[in-house]
Amino acid sequence: MGKFFAVTILVIAILSAIPIVMHTWDAPADVSTHGHLIDEQMSETMAEAGISFLAAQFILAFFVWQFSNRGKESKLKSFPGGARALVIAALLVVGVEVLALGVFGVKAWAGVYLTPPSANAMTIQAQAGQFAFYFRYPGPDGKFGPIHPEMINEGNQNLFGLDPEHDVESRDDVVTAELAIPVNKEVHLLMHAKDVGHSFFVRELRVQQDFVPGLDVSLHFTATKVGKYEIVCTQLCGLGHYNMRAYLEVLSAEDFDAWMKKQAGMQ
Amino acid sequence: MHDTSAHAVQHQAPTSFIRKHVFSLDHKVIGKQYYGLALAAALIGMALSWLMRIHLGWNNAAIPGLQVLSPNGAPGGVMTPEYYLQLMTMHGTIMVFFVLTTAPFAAFGNFFLPIQVGAEDMPFPRFNMMSFWVTFTAFLVLVSSFVLSDGPTLGGWTQYAPLNSIGSAGGPGQGLGVVLWMTSIALFCIGQLLGSLNFISTTLDLRVKGMSLMRLPLSAWAWFITSCMGLTAFSVLMPACILVILDHVAGTSFFVPSGLVLNDQLIPHSGGSTLLWQHLFWFFGHPEVYIAIVPGIGIVSHILIANMRKPMLSQRVLIYCMGALAVLSYMVYGHHMFVSGMNPISSLAFSFPTLVITIPATITVLVWVFSLYGSRLRINAASLFALGFISMFVSGGVSGFFLAQPSIDIMLHATYFVVGHFHLVMGVAAMFGIFAGTYFWFPKMSGRMMNETLGKVHFWMSFVGAYCIFMPFHYLGIAGNVRRYATFVDDYLQPLIPVHRFITIAALFTGAAQLVFVYNLIHSRFWGKPAPDNPWEATSMEWSTATPPPWDNFGGKHPVVYHDPYQYGVESSVGDYVMQASPEQVKTDHEEK
Repeated sequence: MGKFFAVTILVIAILSAIPIVMHTWDAPADVSTHGHLIDEQMSETMAEAGISFLAAQFILAFFVWQFSNRGKESKLKSFPGGARALVIAALLVVGVEVLALGVFGVKAWAGVYLTPPSANAMTIQAQAGQFAFYFRYPGPDGKFGPIHPEMINEGNQNLFGLDPEHDVESRDDVVTAELAIPVNKEVHLLMHAKDVGHSFFVRELRVQQDFVPGLDVSLHFTATKVGKYEIVCTQLCGLGHYNMRAYLEVLSAEDFDAWMKKQAGMQ
Repeated sequence: MHDTSAHAVQHQAPTSFIRKHVFSLDHKVIGKQYYGLALAAALIGMALSWLMRIHLGWNNAAIPGLQVLSPNGAPGGVMTPEYYLQLMTMHGTIMVFFVLTTAPFAAFGNFFLPIQVGAEDMPFPRFNMMSFWVTFTAFLVLVSSFVLSDGPTLGGWTQYAPLNSIGSAGGPGQGLGVVLWMTSIALFCIGQLLGSLNFISTTLDLRVKGMSLMRLPLSAWAWFITSCMGLTAFSVLMPACILVILDHVAGTSFFVPSGLVLNDQLIPHSGGSTLLWQHLFWFFGHPEVYIAIVPGIGIVSHILIANMRKPMLSQRVLIYCMGALAVLSYMVYGHHMFVSGMNPISSLAFSFPTLVITIPATITVLVWVFSLYGSRLRINAASLFALGFISMFVSGGVSGFFLAQPSIDIMLHATYFVVGHFHLVMGVAAMFGIFAGTYFWFPKMSGRMMNETLGKVHFWMSFVGAYCIFMPFHYLGIAGNVRRYATFVDDYLQPLIPVHRFITIAALFTGAAQLVFVYNLIHSRFWGKPAPDNPWEATSMEWSTATPPPWDNFGGKHPVVYHDPYQYGVESSVGDYVMQASPEQVKTDHEEK
């Protein structure tokens, strides 16, 4: 039965690796300027983790095949080199491996989180609430009017709690249910939660960031391909969590201007 | 090293039924009570996972009888999205706390730690009894939330703030459901703190003459290290739970900031911090992962050695690795919060220890695998589950390489990749450790042998089944499938539904295998072959005493320890091993001194 165990492990290990090698289920193609760094980091990690996985399962299978159910007369042996060799090997191989992953990974992380948005990035506000995302554009004045939480009222469509009567900056703000952005233009998203924790995840953009009640969180990215992509919530926010989504429309510069004009006219 | 005179007989042999079987002070009875609780909890948790999986595969399927369990949650037997989340929350909570913590640590540890150190009982038997009954009460409090009109909490086993603190306005079960959840977990923490105190003092103070720390078996070391983690982790979670309860009942705002609006109403709270909850929770939560798995590491090492007929390449290295995992587990918790809004520099700071923790884990695996070299490995249900544990620990462990890196976490956070990772490494691996322990120790605990054939059937179905369930989870995650969704309405997720159906079928199959185990357990308990004192020809102290052990463990004798725990591959009067308590001198080249 030891040999059967060994064969089973081998078969499971190989079958597990096939969908990865064949790219059967891959993430959708990247449409951001920073995403390739994450994808490369992912591929390198996959190679290192994959080799570790296969090697460990193969050695386990081999030893179980070799040494199971041997008779009492067979001689006991100890692995030459003993534990010291294994500890040194693990420290060297895994140590270098994780150090490399860690150091190279910093670059991808820094690209998203440690570099500030450029001065001419387009600023858009995102608000998450049970169970919808809303977005606010500052309008021609380039300024967001202040939010008055006590004035938030979905019934009369005051989704952000704006007071245009008293706040001049709010008068030209444009509030929408979809996030439209121009292609190849950096976007600086100012995120806040209305009620509980939510998250902003766009697979194609390689961004995911929580909305944290009580905190203003920001995120910046540049989309490189025109198209329509799903924005989904990834932080458990209540009964409608599975259905909390919006669309990201990446438009050409002209289409974006036309869209913006249309939205402004509807406010 | 301690003299036997340090032992105090803490209690007399019980005479009444209640003292023998219900409110027992005997660590062995308490261990069995914990095992029974874990078994009942595991069956409930598994049934919940079946319901969830059926719903995820076939959204509109009516599950017969479900409407009786919850008329509101499943009208006509079809699950509502909120009921899915409630079942998911209960599944996670029951499995993490009442199965993965209680079985490998509290159940086996209670039964075997005092015997393995040569003691008559634990130093505080009344605390020990209280530990079980408080934990049992915690379980009743948790499952009682099923009968609430709006059901149990839907916030997940992590219970993130402020959803956990804003009351029923946040959704079904978020009022009294959360209060019951927090009460249950706070009680659970008290139970485990009492247990940890007993484990630590048993290990340090009650070792019999000759039992130096380095002569403790690896299982005893694992329980000792786990109890140190338990003492520091549960003592953080308990106050955190109490603060949430205060937010509900006393109008405080520990976890709710100002300016939040629900149903167009401003929430009357201010000054709280939502991230504070995450820090407190994960400061407990990540060590908790190791509280679940370190006993498994010890148990599996202990069982493998007896079945390899030779010691591990180094006992010391394995002990140091378990210790390193325990210490590092407190430094890595922030990897759960990479995209939480925490300072991005902190993410990098938490990333490095997370990557480093793979080093002791790798050394542990290498020592196991290369110790197999040159052994005379016996294949039985216990050793198969121990070998399966290694395979699962590796498979679940390598995905940690991905999740340790904040940049990759951007893509994998909150996806099924994470679900696959933790189910394999702390769920399935820990369960395999529990099964290995059961097949190995059942004879000593019950006085009867388990059926080996059924045990092997159980192993093969579970091993293949678990891989069929949890490997595809990783593929789903890589493709971007978000977890904690009741239904997959996203355009993008539609093509992945056939994978979910495959997983559901595999889950039903694997669940059926557990029924074989339960049948074997019950049947063997009453009709199994009577077990000899040392059926596996093993060396540690539990095999030196009668089967089942008398109430004071060694029948009034004070055993003396003469050897390392694992003297196999020697020539002695009894065979290829010499027991720790045997004064026989044998020629050996691997006594640690």
